[in-house]
Amino acid sequence: MKKETKILAIIVTIGTIAFLFFANQFFDGYKIRIMNLAAINIILALGLNIINGFAGQFSLGHAGFMAIGAYTGALLTLSPSAKQMNFFIDPIISPLANFQMGFLPAIIIAALVTAVFAFMIGVPVLRLKGDYLAIASLGFSEIIRVVLTNLQSLTNGSLGLKAIPSYINLFWSWGFAFLAIIFTFFLINSSYGRAFKAIREDEVAAEAMGINLFKHKIMAFVIGSSMAGVGGALFASLLTAIDPNIFKFALTFQILLMVVLGGMGSISGTIVSATIVTIMMEWLRIVESPMTIGSLTIPGISGMRMVIFSVLLMAVILFYPKGFMGTREITWDFIQEKINRLRKKGKNETLQKDEV
Amino acid sequence: MLLHADHLTIKFGGLTAVKDLDMQLNKGELVGLIGPNGAGKTTAFNMITGVYAPTQGKVLLEDKDITGKKSPTAPGMRPDQITALGVARTFQNIRLFTNLSVLDNVIIAHHLHLKSSLMGAVLRLPGYRREEKEMREKAIQVLKAVGLEKLYKEEAGNLAYGQQRRLEIARALATNPKLLLLDEPAAGMNPQEGEELMQFIEAIRKDFDLTILMIEHDMKVVMGICERIYVLDHGETIAQGTPNEIQTNSRVIEAYLGVDASA
Ligand SMILES: Nc1ncnc2c1ncn2[C@@H]1O[C@H](COP(=O)(O)OP(=O)(O)OP(=O)(O)O)[C@@H](O)[C@H]1O
Ligand SMILES: [Mg+2]
Repeated sequence: MKKETKILAIIVTIGTIAFLFFANQFFDGYKIRIMNLAAINIILALGLNIINGFAGQFSLGHAGFMAIGAYTGALLTLSPSAKQMNFFIDPIISPLANFQMGFLPAIIIAALVTAVFAFMIGVPVLRLKGDYLAIASLGFSEIIRVVLTNLQSLTNGSLGLKAIPSYINLFWSWGFAFLAIIFTFFLINSSYGRAFKAIREDEVAAEAMGINLFKHKIMAFVIGSSMAGVGGALFASLLTAIDPNIFKFALTFQILLMVVLGGMGSISGTIVSATIVTIMMEWLRIVESPMTIGSLTIPGISGMRMVIFSVLLMAVILFYPKGFMGTREITWDFIQEKINRLRKKGKNETLQKDEV
Repeated sequence: MLLHADHLTIKFGGLTAVKDLDMQLNKGELVGLIGPNGAGKTTAFNMITGVYAPTQGKVLLEDKDITGKKSPTAPGMRPDQITALGVARTFQNIRLFTNLSVLDNVIIAHHLHLKSSLMGAVLRLPGYRREEKEMREKAIQVLKAVGLEKLYKEEAGNLAYGQQRRLEIARALATNPKLLLLDEPAAGMNPQEGEELMQFIEAIRKDFDLTILMIEHDMKVVMGICERIYVLDHGETIAQGTPNEIQTNSRVIEAYLGVDASA
């Protein structure tokens, strides 16, 4: 990394930390919730970007892996009495009933459990390519949801889990987001990350260069999915109540949206777009609630937000096929280039005016 | 003997793309593989590198069976394993990692020799940093050998056509091969560029202690530098021998004239 970019990164980091302290002091619960959500979405989107953007394996199974992380985290942090309350139809299986642990170990175990499932699903699914891979991973994600709905004495089925301890705060969520960013950065810039990118660029050539395709695809898939597991565990603590229906395809779509908008294969693009999309998602709730303009009352249309985002996604794919950042990163040079271009534009316009 | 393509036959449905190809390469040789369009030359490469598994026959590298896999679970070797054993190739239609830098294109070839684990690499442990430094230095050396070191930061896709061809060769060299397979390296070049490339190939053979098998469409190009030549036509080996023998072989002349007449 260039020195200027490093300094830029440090300034942004310090600025963000200062902002977190400020927000923690002065922001209301609603705004803090959105900020927590933004951090979680950064983790989720980076995970998906490792699989889809860097390794080029178009997977749509993120919501399923989030669900595994969320349930693992929730079951490990719920108190025995809360579990008893939750599981009133079928009691929870015995070893889990009296078991409770702290937030950090629960998140770590959530990541590991998700990794194991990602491996088991990845082995068959990653033999497929392109559309087939997308459909198969989506299918497995739905299967996870169906299984969670039916394992009454482990997950409480469709009733879901309530009263999950709300450990989460800005420092937990953004702490993990920072970890995820740094981890992704070092991973992508390592020899393994290069191998991922080579596979994305050209599988046949990558294999001819001695890269074991399957091993590296699995690696990217397991890493990205276990990040979904971490995100899921944090998400459960934020919601304090989860049920299988939260983890439908729409959730994967939301995260995919962040990745595609920001740029498949751009870390900084993902961070920015995950943050903006999260805020817009909340802000656009307005369009889903009833509105009164003068004497006219428009009833709220639920799902309108997703319509808007789908249109936005299509527009971006049409005009920026690689997302806003493509595979580039927001570096010092990138910013300078943009500024220079704006300046030139300004100059040209004034020139044209002078001519007239 | 370095490589023995032992009576290779491959069928795609009803089409026999290569029939009973028996090819032997000795260490240090520069051998040509020529033939008209669709003769099965690239398919032969794909069998040697494990991209395709032959329907019949096997591939031996220094007496070791390196025949490719018919399916992911079938016995046989994967292309990356074959590369690790010392067979590198270039592609007829250049296949660079176009969005990556010139340097990264070459460094990737060293990944197969990497000893550091994923965690070691992500945490940038001293062992990994040393390996990364070594890989970088070696890659720069190879780039110097092909005269692209000044362009190391450039995106591979931005290089001129001839430079891309050389980068592809550099990338193959970086895997540290014993046997280098070049699929029409002079394609799309004018006669002078082609001539320069042939000198370059001659030079890397010496410098990197290589055995080279080179596909060429145009018979004249290889005549000058290949010690031996195999000629394929419609999948069949119609001739083999020294350039002089090939030039005067009536079946070869017929095959090439046939192409010319129809072209
Ligand atoms: N995967 C495949 N499936 C079906 N047919 C194939 C396949 N690969 C090659 N072929 C066929 O095998 C024959 C030989 O093709 P190949 O590419 O080896 O020819 P070539 O000698 O390299 O020709 P060129 O000079 O045009 O590169 C052709 O008829 C081709 O269509
Ligand atoms: Mg060919």
